[in-house]
Amino acid sequence: MITSSSSSVRTGPCPAHLWIFSSIGKKTIVALTGIALILFVIGHLLGNFSIYLGPDAMNLYAEKLHDLGPILWVIRLGLIAVVVLHIYFTMLLWKENRTARPQKYIASDPIKTTVFARTMRLSGLIVLAFVIFHLAHFTVRVVDPSFQEMHTLLDGRRVHDVYAMVIKGFSSAPVVIVYVVGLFLLTFHLSHGIASLFQTFGITNSRIRRNYECAARVLAWALFAGYVSIPIAVLVFGLGKGVGQ
Amino acid sequence: MKFHLKVWRQKTCKAPGKLEEYVAENIPAEASFLEMLDIVNSQLTGKNIEPIQFDSDCREGICGTCSLTINGIPHGKGRGTTCQLYMRNFKDGETITIEPFRADAFPVQRDLVTNRSAFDRVIQAGGYISERCGSAPDANAVPISKVIADQAMDAAACIGCGACAAACPNSSAMLFVSAKVTHLGLLPQGKPEKSRRVLNMVHQMDEEGFGNCSNYYACEAVCPAGVPASFIGRMNREFTAASVKEMVGMSV
Repeated sequence: MITSSSSSVRTGPCPAHLWIFSSIGKKTIVALTGIALILFVIGHLLGNFSIYLGPDAMNLYAEKLHDLGPILWVIRLGLIAVVVLHIYFTMLLWKENRTARPQKYIASDPIKTTVFARTMRLSGLIVLAFVIFHLAHFTVRVVDPSFQEMHTLLDGRRVHDVYAMVIKGFSSAPVVIVYVVGLFLLTFHLSHGIASLFQTFGITNSRIRRNYECAARVLAWALFAGYVSIPIAVLVFGLGKGVGQ
Repeated sequence: MKFHLKVWRQKTCKAPGKLEEYVAENIPAEASFLEMLDIVNSQLTGKNIEPIQFDSDCREGICGTCSLTINGIPHGKGRGTTCQLYMRNFKDGETITIEPFRADAFPVQRDLVTNRSAFDRVIQAGGYISERCGSAPDANAVPISKVIADQAMDAAACIGCGACAAACPNSSAMLFVSAKVTHLGLLPQGKPEKSRRVLNMVHQMDEEGFGNCSNYYACEAVCPAGVPASFIGRMNREFTAASVKEMVGMSV
C-alpha cells in the first residue's frame, strides 16, 4: 500500500529529546537557566538595598521572605534545580567541546575571543564556590555560629536580626575580600553570559550585537557596584556602627 | 626573503605527528604562501626529503580547498584564504609555525592535509530545494526584496573551507552550517524545506563530532568570505522553532 509521507505517523526518537540533547538545545537550556539566575541576582540586589533604609526595613524584608513559608521552599528548590541544570548542561557541552578538539594548536592565538568568554567555566565554578560560602555564611549561619543567636524585636515580634548579622559579617576584612572576589568573578561571568543569551536565542544581528555586548558589561558592572557597595559601606564607611556589637 | 618554518609532519592519519624545522631561503616577497611552500618543497626534493603535503586547488581564493593554520590562525593573518596570503606580509627572518586545521571531525590525512568531507555530509543532510525543472524561469518572476537577497548572498559567500571550525576553540562548525541554512532558508526556492533542512543539518553537524558554539566569534574573525556570526543566531532561532514545530506534531 502506498501512503503519502504526510499521512504516515512519524516514528523515531522523541523530538523533545532530540532538541534538548542537540548542540543548540543544550545551549538554549544553559541560556534559559542563565536568565532565571540573572533575574534572581537582580532581585536579590534590590532586596539587599533595604540595608540602606535602616535595621527595621531590612529585618521586615527578611521576615516577609520567611513568612512565605512553603512558597519560599518552592523558590529555593527551583533555584537549586536551575543551578544544577545550568551546570549539568554546561558540563555536557564542555565534554563535547574537548573531544571535538583532541589535538590543540602548538602555536595558539586567541584570535578574537575575549578573556571573559575564555574563562566562563573557571569564573562559573568560583562563583559556585562563593555562593556555597555565602549560603553557609548568612543562610545556614555556620561560618560564624553567633549569627544564630541574634534576635531583635520588630512590631512586638521576636525576629532574627538580619541587619546586625550583616553588619557583623562585613566587619571582617577577610570576609569582605571573599565577597569582592566572588562578585568580581560573577561580573566576569555575566559580561559574556548576558550578551551570549541574545545570540543563543537568535535575537541579534551584526550591528546590534555590539550594543548587547556593551549593555551586558554595563549591567554586569552595575550589579557589581551595587553588591559591593554594601560590604564596603560597612567595612570602610562604618555603616550601622554600634548595632549588634 | 628568508623564513624559519616549523611544519607539522605526519606520515599517515594514525601515525603521531610532530613539528619539523626547515629554512625557506630566496623567497620572493611577491610569492604567495603556497608558492613559498612549493619553493621549499622543490628544495626538499633536491635534498631527498619527502615534500610537505598540503591542500590547494584554484589558488584564486574562491574554491576553499587550501587550509593551513599559520601561527595559530587559520589561513594566517588578515582576511582571505592561504593562497591569497603573500610573503610580503611576513617579516624577513620570521619563524612561521604551520599546522593543519585542527578538529576531530577533520582528521589529518598526511602532514597538512585534512579530510573535510564532514562538511559534505552536512550539506547532503540538508537535502533538496523545491524548484520546477524545464525552461529557465522568467527573470524577476519571483520577487525577492533587496535586503533578503543581500543577506542570502552574504551567506552564500561561504566557500566551505573549514576555517571557522579550525579557529573555534571548540572546533564548532556552526558558522559554516548557519551560512548554508541561511542562504537556502531565506530564498523563496529554499523556503519550503527550511525547517527540515535546519533540523537535519544541525543533527548531522552534531553527529560528525563538531563542538558547540560558545560565542567566541573567532570563526567570524578568520572567515575568508566574511560570513557574519549573526547567522549562527539565526540558525539557533530556526532550529529551535523547527524543533518546537516537530514537538507539537506539525509536519516539517
